[in-house]
Amino acid sequence: MNSLLRWLDDRTGYRAMLRKALVEPIPGGAKWRYVWGSALTFAIAVQFVTGMILWAAYSPNAQGAWESVYYIENVMAGGWMLRGIHHYMAHATMILLVLHLMQVVVAGAYKAPREVNFWFGIVLLHIVLGLSLTGYLLPWDQKGYWATKVATSIASITPVVGPAMQKVLVGGADYGHLTLTRFFALHAGVLPGALIALIAGHVYLFRRHGVTAGQPRDSGHGAKPAGVEGDEQDGPDAHPPRPRDGWFWPDQALRDAVACLAVMAAVLYLVIRTGGAPLGAPADAAEPYAAARPEWYFMFLFQWLKYFPAGTEIIGAIVIPGLVVTLIALMPFAGRWRLGHRFNLGLTGGVLSGVALLTWLAYAQDRADPDFVFAQTNAEADAARAVELAGAGGGIPANGALALLRTDPLTQGPRLFADRCASCHTYDGHDGMGRSLPEPQTAADLKRFASREWLEGLLDPERVATPEYFGGTDFARGRMVRMVQSRIAGFTHEQQEDLAKVIKAVSAQAALPYQAEADEADQAEIMEGTALVSSASAGCTECHEFQGVVEQPLGPTLTGFGSNEWLTAFIRDASHPRFYGDRNDRMPAFGPEEILSDEEIRLLVDWLREDWQAGGEGGGPR
Amino acid sequence: MSSKTPHPPGNETTGPRGHARRRFLAGAGAIAAAGLALLAPVWSGIRVVLDPLRRAGRDPSLVPVARLAALPADGVPRKFRVQADRVDAWNTQRNTPVGAVYLRRTDDSLQAFNVICPHAGCFVNLAPDQSRFVCPCHKSSFDLEGAVDDPSSPSPRDMDTLEVEIRDGDHVWVRFQNFLPGRADKTPVT
Repeated sequence: MNSLLRWLDDRTGYRAMLRKALVEPIPGGAKWRYVWGSALTFAIAVQFVTGMILWAAYSPNAQGAWESVYYIENVMAGGWMLRGIHHYMAHATMILLVLHLMQVVVAGAYKAPREVNFWFGIVLLHIVLGLSLTGYLLPWDQKGYWATKVATSIASITPVVGPAMQKVLVGGADYGHLTLTRFFALHAGVLPGALIALIAGHVYLFRRHGVTAGQPRDSGHGAKPAGVEGDEQDGPDAHPPRPRDGWFWPDQALRDAVACLAVMAAVLYLVIRTGGAPLGAPADAAEPYAAARPEWYFMFLFQWLKYFPAGTEIIGAIVIPGLVVTLIALMPFAGRWRLGHRFNLGLTGGVLSGVALLTWLAYAQDRADPDFVFAQTNAEADAARAVELAGAGGGIPANGALALLRTDPLTQGPRLFADRCASCHTYDGHDGMGRSLPEPQTAADLKRFASREWLEGLLDPERVATPEYFGGTDFARGRMVRMVQSRIAGFTHEQQEDLAKVIKAVSAQAALPYQAEADEADQAEIMEGTALVSSASAGCTECHEFQGVVEQPLGPTLTGFGSNEWLTAFIRDASHPRFYGDRNDRMPAFGPEEILSDEEIRLLVDWLREDWQAGGEGGGPR
Repeated sequence: MSSKTPHPPGNETTGPRGHARRRFLAGAGAIAAAGLALLAPVWSGIRVVLDPLRRAGRDPSLVPVARLAALPADGVPRKFRVQADRVDAWNTQRNTPVGAVYLRRTDDSLQAFNVICPHAGCFVNLAPDQSRFVCPCHKSSFDLEGAVDDPSSPSPRDMDTLEVEIRDGDHVWVRFQNFLPGRADKTPVT
């Protein structure tokens, strides 16, 4: 073994290199405040390792990106933790970078001869921002999709080249396959490559200049393979260690390693606490997403853009940020003036305070905005439902998981109800989506329509004429309401029992999935009730057709009442003679007038009947 | 290194033995802390990379492949596409191509061969004169019964036969499976 290593050293000189990398004197001894550069290098290294493995499972195309991330997150063993580490380590990288930059400014480590290394750091900051921006889109969920659209739209307001630049970046006029392949190439190829090159240069220059004497050092340590040439200790700040001076190995290395461990512990805490990185519902160009927000470290820019009225966006999005970055890059020159260092400290403090203030304002405004909170609640529900459907028996079809949501009654029903029905009807007192209505309802509440409870309310003299049923309609003065209020109000105990059977029988006509067990259990009563409905004594068939029996059809047929077929036909055209005929109040003919497509009516009917795909076991091993 | 370069660490004179122990502990501590910091990403990474080992292969149940009427009893093999339901990672695909078979019918027999060569996994062709099977990659050759017909053939075994069944008198069903190539025994890929 030893002779093999000797042979290797003879051919490569690795021992001398290792020595140069590790045997670095630290003036004044190892210090905890020197750990930030190493912690940052560690964070970036973890991103490379986790990113490479995520790469091996990720598919950058519009019908596979969300799906593959779903697979990593919810199916692959350890996938949620891997992706969670990658996600939160990106946040940690951003924090460590800003801390590192602050430390450099406070220590004056940007001054000669370290100007170039300072600029390297500024460019590194932008590369890391670029990695965050591109990485945010890759899961192709609603959040990433809509938030990144804002970023590429801003790119398009660049003078002259803007529109072309946007088209090249996006890979076409619209977001699609090429947007993902391009963003992925940037995220996993171009930007990491540039990052490695710059870090190598950064560390090389750092080693050339040495630690800023008596000040926090400004970069990472460790056995860097590149950039350790020219490590002569002849820089202006290189001192031979005095008795109190220390060495990188092992004194500083121990502190660095403990710092890295602390960073990882914080990241793991977040991963486990939040159950990993979030994954929204699949991106949908036709589905509004009011909760679109960038990652928290871009929120200040997001807020900033609110203050620029139409036509001046370019000042807010490009000119002012450009000026600020230029000012920061010029710090080494500003620092030469007598008050330069103080100016630089003020500039850094000012920019960071401004960023902090804008970030706080952005979150405070969102929290106080009921529309945003509503959108976010819905987004979370959609995301959970998408995962549930993807894990259900049918799996994800080849055209992607979005198709699952678009054909899902539980997802689409409430939206359709809110858009098309809630101008008159309510659903459990709200508009279907959980919002209360601005005006009182003028038609019945349809939560669990045709169920036993719903019919009990309809046939309750106290409730039939309330807005919950016929109170807001012309039928409030109609025969049904009068019948309930006069006849049923005077029912004997025996008649009440018969009424309960009638209710069970009519409700059984609907064959509601959620009532199937009760219907099965009460078959005998339902048989009796069915006979009662058709009997002359009950009086139902005076106005309602039931199994071919009717005196004078004035009300809707009770045959198949509330069933899929009945409800579909009713929503299509309530004015059909089967239903209200010309006595129809204001219910539009949704089918013939093409207000709703057949598919939309199907989604509404299935939703009202609570007839939707139950969740599978793919919900994830959380 | 220049003359200003300090002595290598460990040669300082402040209590050489205590110093060496402290240095060793610090170094060991640094390595342990770094190892611990990398534990979670490396462990979850390994689990994700090895995740396919936890997944079962396609369910090898019988699938309909052809009508018997499309298969003359002349002993000439004919190629048919095999379609089946399959779970491809996150996608579930119905009735999608999963491979191909040669069906060969004589007056008293019906054989099904997987088209994949047992040598190295190429798609075996039927020779132009329809006298035997030839693999276009490394020239494995098989007779029409699927048996290796040339001592210099690189294939370690005969062509892989598949379970075949006629249902309702007219439909040929095949239990479509792939087998590990390059070995004498016929081991299903799972």
